[in-house]
Amino acid sequence: MAYKCVVLIKQVPDTKRITGEAMNEDGTVNRSALPAIFNPEDLNALELALQIKEKFGGHITVITMGLPAASVVLRDSLFRGADDAILITDRRCAASDTLATSYILSCALKKIDYDIVLCGRQAIDGDTAQVGPQLAEKLGVPQITYVEELIELDGKSITARRNIGAGWQQVKTALPVLLTVTGDANEPRVAAAKKTMKYKNARTPVEVEKEVRSQKTEDSEAKINKLVEEKCGELSDKGLLIKQWDLDFIGADLNWCGRSGSPTKVHRIQSVVLAAKESKDVPANENGISGLIHELIEDKIIA
Amino acid sequence: MINVNRQGEVWVFGEQHGGQLEDTPIELMSKARRLADTLGVKLASILLGDSVKELATKLIHYGADKVYLVEHPLLGTYQANSYAKVIYDLIHKYEPQIVLYGATITGRGLAPRIASAAKAGLTADCTDLQIGDHTTAGDKQLHKNLMFQIRPAFGGNIIATIINYDRWPQMATVREGVMPMPEPDAARTGEIIEEKAEVSQQDLPLEILAEHKRAKKVNLKAARIVVAGGAGVGSKDNFKLIWDLANCLGGAPAASRAAVDLGFIDHDHQVGQTGTTIRPSLYIAVGISGAIQHQAGMSQSQKIVAINNDPDAPIFQLAHYKIVGDLNEVVPKIIKAIKEKTL
Repeated sequence: MAYKCVVLIKQVPDTKRITGEAMNEDGTVNRSALPAIFNPEDLNALELALQIKEKFGGHITVITMGLPAASVVLRDSLFRGADDAILITDRRCAASDTLATSYILSCALKKIDYDIVLCGRQAIDGDTAQVGPQLAEKLGVPQITYVEELIELDGKSITARRNIGAGWQQVKTALPVLLTVTGDANEPRVAAAKKTMKYKNARTPVEVEKEVRSQKTEDSEAKINKLVEEKCGELSDKGLLIKQWDLDFIGADLNWCGRSGSPTKVHRIQSVVLAAKESKDVPANENGISGLIHELIEDKIIA
Repeated sequence: MINVNRQGEVWVFGEQHGGQLEDTPIELMSKARRLADTLGVKLASILLGDSVKELATKLIHYGADKVYLVEHPLLGTYQANSYAKVIYDLIHKYEPQIVLYGATITGRGLAPRIASAAKAGLTADCTDLQIGDHTTAGDKQLHKNLMFQIRPAFGGNIIATIINYDRWPQMATVREGVMPMPEPDAARTGEIIEEKAEVSQQDLPLEILAEHKRAKKVNLKAARIVVAGGAGVGSKDNFKLIWDLANCLGGAPAASRAAVDLGFIDHDHQVGQTGTTIRPSLYIAVGISGAIQHQAGMSQSQKIVAINNDPDAPIFQLAHYKIVGDLNEVVPKIIKAIKEKTL
């Protein structure tokens, strides 16, 4: 039996490579100074979907919600073996917290047929791990979080091993289901050369428009729109047009999207400057170290 | 969601598995006590399970005024669906203003499900909670006595203070280990309110086929002295230096993520954002450069000694005692000095 998998992915700033230059003086993050990458654990979710497809057959749709630039991670997913890619992009999504994000994704998923929804455990920009469980609740499906291994799929149900902190649990539940996948689940494959050749020209309509506008700066608005339409039509015929959905298309109630749909707000952002109040240089010789130990004993830090 | 309710209580999820209370609800209790006292409301814990009444008394000893106790055979084993449903119902019945959960794997699966159903805000992995006022930027409206939900973001590079002023309850998960455990007071009394659970087999979508719990190889949170090694230690063999120093101080050996990834020591020993958060009396960082993710797990240590051959290593910004030098020479000298002084 084949399975329809939907993988939710996110393009994130590479927070592991943050340097001083990436921080503005006011303590905010200068996102443009950071490379944007495929959220690492979303790659594990995609890999698990690819393994399911290889073993049982089926179809993989990847979805991301983000700025037009997020098309990059959709193309990357196609290079690795996804069948279909959807970009949810809309200015009215801006400032969505996890609750609003899960609402928007749930509206998109209602337009798709699925057996298994796969998410990375968490994204490295926020580290919240909340969107997966919130989406499962909104879809009315069971969740298996922290999945480390898929044990069995028998057509109607799934068995998986999940991390429970100090130990593991093997659980079984009926499909459809939502999984959040950890970095320990697998080793994500690299892009396949053939698929990269095939999909390197895949574009979202918003990218097509940007390209046309940069080349035809003198043309009238009507002419540009016509060119964009033609170009999208050509890509679509070749199977290279990445789907692009907005909030109207997925039928989202705007009250639950963006800022108005987000109960959590930012009160303040500060940059982290951790520093010891008092510090001493200890010479790396016997006298220095002996003095240090003496002081720690005096202060009753060492018994 | 519920409306802003200034008389609402402060709640702590009393996470337990198999009749054993987790550390997180206890760690949360002293902070939650302070929030409740500042707001002038009661502190309650919500306790779900099968035959877990004795844990309710324990929660009172640790600082709760009340415990909402929900006992049911079907709640004997945690499942996100059933627990979320019961807690959601309790939130609607009593309208607490704040609900806190430990950011354990359980808490991180449960709290978002409740937040989604309640259409309420939730902030993940907080490291501090305070009460404060907020004025909205546009209409200059003053919102008094909100819960400031303070958490690192962007891989620990910034600290964000999150608030939630219109759709309550204000909910947060709190990182394990960042708040000190209070001492229990056996003389404390409180009220245990028994609630009926509306749960059926349908609320238990998972079949738990097997479970394996293992004891952690080390209890870093309980250690007064921690000696941690990083990638700079160089090899698994050389990591023996860390074990030796820890042994002679009666402390626990620990490591940075880099050292764990290199296979020098088991993940149970990892300190930092993806490991354990600790606040020992003495933390000795050996060959650890001190990435922000590592600092997040140890910056609360009372005294920090750092040994590194790179004088510009970020760990030195945190250190009370800085030793610039080759750890292979410095560590044996420390061991020798300790043996001489403490004999």
